[in-house]
Amino acid sequence: MAGDTQQTGSEYIQHHLTNLTFGHTDHGWGFAHNAQEAAEMGFMAVNVDSLGWSIGLGLVFALLFRFAAKRATTGVPTGFQNFVEMMVEFVDGTVKDSFHGRNPWIAPMALTIFVWVFLMNLMDLIPVDVIPYLMSFAGVHFQKIVPSTDPNITLGMALAVFGMIIYYSIKVKGIGGFIGELALQPFGAKNPVVQAIFVPINLILEIVGLLAKPFSLGLRLFGNMYAGEMIFILIAMMYGGGLILGAFGGALQLGWAIFHILIITLQAFIFMVLTVVYLSMAHEDH
Amino acid sequence: MNINLTLIGQLISFLFFIWFCKKFVWTALIGAMEERQSKIADGLDAADRASRDLELAQEKALERLKEAKQEAAAVIEQANKRANQIVDEAKDLARAEGDRLKVAAQAEIEQEINRAKEELRGKVATLALAGAEKVLQANIDESVNRKLVDNLAAQL
Repeated sequence: MAGDTQQTGSEYIQHHLTNLTFGHTDHGWGFAHNAQEAAEMGFMAVNVDSLGWSIGLGLVFALLFRFAAKRATTGVPTGFQNFVEMMVEFVDGTVKDSFHGRNPWIAPMALTIFVWVFLMNLMDLIPVDVIPYLMSFAGVHFQKIVPSTDPNITLGMALAVFGMIIYYSIKVKGIGGFIGELALQPFGAKNPVVQAIFVPINLILEIVGLLAKPFSLGLRLFGNMYAGEMIFILIAMMYGGGLILGAFGGALQLGWAIFHILIITLQAFIFMVLTVVYLSMAHEDH
Repeated sequence: MNINLTLIGQLISFLFFIWFCKKFVWTALIGAMEERQSKIADGLDAADRASRDLELAQEKALERLKEAKQEAAAVIEQANKRANQIVDEAKDLARAEGDRLKVAAQAEIEQEINRAKEELRGKVATLALAGAEKVLQANIDESVNRKLVDNLAAQL
């Protein structure tokens, strides 16, 4: 277990699930010393670890792909170039399959989502104690290295997607068209009086449906990653239980990590595809 | 697990990375890939065309070769014919020349023989006369006897 051996199991788990939060405490600006203090900081606080790792991984993606894009020629691609072009081809194909409008932003957005979310999820495969333990030498008490286990991160991206859905809906259909889509579906009638009765029902149904999109998008990724992380933490606790339990834990961790490779790729892919599908729906004029 | 400013931070960085990806990554990569695609397609086309050209050229070359062979055969045949002709002509010429030489030689031989005969005849006549003179021991009327002897000599 990380740090001191006096920790109980629940404390260990709690410790691993607490973000390094910077915000305003009773003693002025600073890092929260425990989960309760972090909670008391309210909205005006930043999870430095999540956001830091997230932006860092985003930069890894951006710079690696920029490097490849700079070297892109019409000649024979080799090595890393091949890999990047394969990803681009894959994302391009997926977007062409599910997005039928014409928007030059969709495909790059899908690539960004896929690679970035994949990289964030990939941090889950690093043994849970390694980086927090190393960080503890630098006096950092909390460190959650998988950004996608932080609802702020996943909901932040989902919120951006939600914004784009609204933006493109209004851009393609106009404000009237967008409101009409919310108010006049799925129930419609020729009779104006009956239609007037249907409007509030339609509005409730459609707005709930609309809001469910970003929430389900963000929470699906968060939930999957959080559960995966939790299982890694529980497995890691077995290392404190003696040789036999530790060896069993090692085998479990290996198995779960291999299975998790599938999950992290799948979740990144699902996030990308759903975003593209939602935006495709936003572009469709009825 | 608290919702806080991280949400906004992630939202902004997400938008930034989309912008970056569109501006500096996607356009360049897709452009290069599409260009390469058309280049490869052109290359395959060109290869197809080249192989068709090659086939055509081979056919043409074969045809030319056949023509050349025929021509060569015709030339050789003609040359053989001409050679035979020349040889025949030469033979004829040689034969004619030989005949001519033979005739000339024979004529000369005959002439020689005739001359020798004439000479011999004269000498025989003279010899006969001298013999007769000696035999008769007398001067015979040479003119009378001469005629006799000449007749004798002509009969030899």
